Amino acid sequence: MAKTARKTNASTRPPRAALQGHFRTLRLPSPLQPRIDALAKTEDWYTWAGYKAPLSLWDEELEYFTIRSQAAAFDISPMVKYRIEGADAEAFCNRVTLRDVSKLKPGRVHYTAWCDDAGHVLDDGTLFRLAPTHFRLCCQERHLPWLLDSTIGFDVMVEEETEAVAGLALQGPTSLAVLRDAGFAGVEKLKIFDLAEFPHESGMVAISRTGFTGDLGYELFVPAKLALSLWDRLFEVGRLHGIRAIGYTALNRARIEAGLIVANADFVTAEHAIRGDRLRLPDEIGLGFMVDAEKPHFNGRRTILAARANRSMKHVLVGLEIEGNIPAEHAIVYHRQKREVGLVSAAIWSPMAKRNIAIASLSRPYGDTVTDDLWVEIYAMRELKYERLMKRARIVPRPFIKLERRTANPPANV
Amino acid sequence: MTSFDVIVIGGGHNGLVAATTLGRAGRKVLVLEAAGEIGGAARTEEFFPGFRVSSIAHVLNRLHPEVVKILELEKHGLAFERQATPSVALSTTDDPLVLRGAYGESLDGATDSEAAAWRELRALLFRYAGILKPFLARRPPDLADMSLSETSALAMAGLSLKRLGKEDMRDFLRMLLMNVADVLDEHLEDDRLKGLLAFDAVLGSHLGPRSPTSLLGLYYRLAGEIGGVPGAQLLPKGGMGAIIAAMGASASAAGIVVRSNAEVAKILVEKGRAVGVALQNDEQIRAKTIVSAINPSSTFSLVGSRELDTGFVRKVKNIRMMGDAAKLHLALDRPPEFLGVRTEDHRGRLVIAPSTDHVERAFNPSKYGEFSPEPVMEITLPSLADPSLAPDGACVLSAVVQYAPYALGEGWEAGKPKFLNAIMAQLEAHAPGIAKSIRHTELLTPLDIEQRYRMPGGHWHHGELQADQMLMSRPVSGAAGYSTPVDGLYLCGAGSHPGGGVSGVPGLNAARHIIAMKA
Ligand SMILES: Cc1cc2nc3c(=O)[nH]c(=O)nc-3n(C[C@H](O)[C@H](O)[C@H](O)COP(=O)(O)OP(=O)(O)OC[C@H]3O[C@@H](n4cnc5c(N)ncnc54)[C@H](O)[C@@H]3O)c2cc1C
Repeated sequence: MAKTARKTNASTRPPRAALQGHFRTLRLPSPLQPRIDALAKTEDWYTWAGYKAPLSLWDEELEYFTIRSQAAAFDISPMVKYRIEGADAEAFCNRVTLRDVSKLKPGRVHYTAWCDDAGHVLDDGTLFRLAPTHFRLCCQERHLPWLLDSTIGFDVMVEEETEAVAGLALQGPTSLAVLRDAGFAGVEKLKIFDLAEFPHESGMVAISRTGFTGDLGYELFVPAKLALSLWDRLFEVGRLHGIRAIGYTALNRARIEAGLIVANADFVTAEHAIRGDRLRLPDEIGLGFMVDAEKPHFNGRRTILAARANRSMKHVLVGLEIEGNIPAEHAIVYHRQKREVGLVSAAIWSPMAKRNIAIASLSRPYGDTVTDDLWVEIYAMRELKYERLMKRARIVPRPFIKLERRTANPPANV
Repeated sequence: MTSFDVIVIGGGHNGLVAATTLGRAGRKVLVLEAAGEIGGAARTEEFFPGFRVSSIAHVLNRLHPEVVKILELEKHGLAFERQATPSVALSTTDDPLVLRGAYGESLDGATDSEAAAWRELRALLFRYAGILKPFLARRPPDLADMSLSETSALAMAGLSLKRLGKEDMRDFLRMLLMNVADVLDEHLEDDRLKGLLAFDAVLGSHLGPRSPTSLLGLYYRLAGEIGGVPGAQLLPKGGMGAIIAAMGASASAAGIVVRSNAEVAKILVEKGRAVGVALQNDEQIRAKTIVSAINPSSTFSLVGSRELDTGFVRKVKNIRMMGDAAKLHLALDRPPEFLGVRTEDHRGRLVIAPSTDHVERAFNPSKYGEFSPEPVMEITLPSLADPSLAPDGACVLSAVVQYAPYALGEGWEAGKPKFLNAIMAQLEAHAPGIAKSIRHTELLTPLDIEQRYRMPGGHWHHGELQADQMLMSRPVSGAAGYSTPVDGLYLCGAGSHPGGGVSGVPGLNAARHIIAMKA
């Protein structure tokens, strides 16, 4: 039922507003809500892309260690998902996103990003190739109008499937053991970024060896109506492997350790930015590696390559290691303690690295050619008084931690 | 096989101007024209045995003097007749009103006070059109490479150049985006005169005289000149094809190779750069520079959206270009007689637009996909001045008729005979007996024009010429100023700044821009 652009002109298409009704309910419940509610001891909620989602469930400290030493279940149903299908699906994805999609084989996933005409990043996300002509794009923000406009001239169909598909991330050293004991035969064969479908009840669950933690882990996508039974299937067998549900605070720590960025936390997406100087080219937020100048045309190509040629990139995203142990969240970065050169967007004391780490955006040349003598100014609230600390910061490579089990084959089967 | 520096897609007049200008600058240029002959919408064709007519454009009023000069059109056979062609505002209830000289230097048939009011308004309109004239001649300002203060400085420079008084400047700005009906009401009384001006302001666009900004259409017209006389108009001897013949001769003299029956099916792009074209028969021809003289949206579909950014494709898709102007050709046994019109004035431009309200009412149905029940039109009888266009004693009538919406609700197959009846009723009322003298009728709706002349929407300007589709937004931002997002691909047709009509300005500006870029 692939539609060509010609057929999908404005008069025959249903109004776009009707295709995305998510905003009509404030804090939508996730398909997994009943299970999460039952575990939510802290009642610590936030809104994730319009969904009710937990910051923590029982103890954010222990939830973090679940990721690193057990199996952590994190509900990713609120992640925005698009189904992309049709004869031109590959060409379509290749034109929309930065990386070369022709190199993405069916049964594989890659992390990518996409830009507007001006090369400014609209979002980053993961592209799943379920079949030669069937993709799933997962991300933080909604993009249906953009994606539909991008279908003009392509034999492809794009459909919002955020609500129809539930997602669950299972991350941590025992995650494979949980899946194996739950009876997903062959799941141990998945290498990092592999993807395969497995039967679950009346339908299929797509399991990929992917995640947002830098750890061994998997992501599972099922039709929403099978979400609860999938959860139960994992939790029944997972008890002995230490499966626990976790909230975002724990996950956020893990992702910072893994050096991964979050749209609208570490950079402002192009359609959200109100101020012109907040827009970012891929190279300005550490995504330059995705830009493939050799592949066919993609949105923003012209401006990105021109900015490279003219050396007109203005910003750079770096990993910092900061002296001491006080997280430098949202601290200002200085050169020689004087000149303001950037801002920390995410920072934690890393329990794994045993280092004080941060992700920061700096104005070039700082962080690019000038990398010495950087400082962050931390205001630490101590019993109703700020203590102002000027701490030395050093640019270090991301990820901040590298766990062998993330990519080990076969994965640890404990 | 010869290799070319430049391929020009489309052998309309703008394509020929661009090709010849580039050729004279030393480039080896190939023009590819899909039709059997060059000229596009500016041809003279036989529509009935022995009867020839300017097949689309029929009144010459804006062929740019620099185009005439650079292409040496006069050396290549173009002859301007010196006597200006009058415009005659027809009426069934009154005597006609005749605008003589260049756009009514004098008025026949008006009261003294109306004639005085017109003199004043005419002077004002020409003064204000004159302010816009340089902007309509040059390449549009490039906002991307310019700060806001530079931009306004440029605008002010353009304005102060004309050394306007403060009062005039204020009034110019006040009027700029007004509708023509209100402006006319401020100055004039005579419905015939107001009807004619209202008609001229909206000719070729999807606007009624009361639509905001409709005055711009009149300025656009008055910014044109012929033989150095602003506002002048003429019916070229031999029809519009005579202009094309001169341009064709100039092109050959400049060594331009023109291939007809060569429809471009694809613009070849490699790594963001246009490298050539593929023809309908799969033949590929490569060149470093590709200049498209066809409609901008056709151009970008030849490129394909895969080679373009989403936002750009969206902008191109949103260009409004559904035409409202139809073309009527009649082969008549004898010259018709329009009520009250002097014999020699039949050689002029005869306009049926009895009042502003009439034009507005003619426009109303077109908003809802219906044609005007009482259409307005501009009629010429070219064979009176040039008997070679018709057999002995017979006569050719050529009329541009509005409003005939491209997307007619009932479809043109059903609508065309009905629309023809509506036109003929108007003609019969103004020239009784004309129907009985008809030997042959050809009515081209915008849909026919689209199909026959490869003009999407059958649109006069290859895209509405309204404020939001002018200057640096023409045809869309990102492709204004003749460069496009595809390196090596340029636009040079009526869809580009300043717009349509037989002017050659887009073609000339584009060629100059390409030369200035130096490959
Ligand atoms: C009803 C009507 C009446 C008009 N009356 C007047 C008038 O009286 N006076 C006036 O000044 N203007 C008039 N105009 C406007 C004028 O005709 C146009 O603006 C002008 O002719 C446009 O010239 P151009 O060279 O830009 O494009 P065109 O004349 O459209 O030329 C484009 C050429 O490209 C060719 N082409 C298209 N696609 C391809 C392809 N894929 N491959 C190769 N070749 C291709 C076409 O065959 C054509 O020859 C009128 C327009 C209309 C619709």
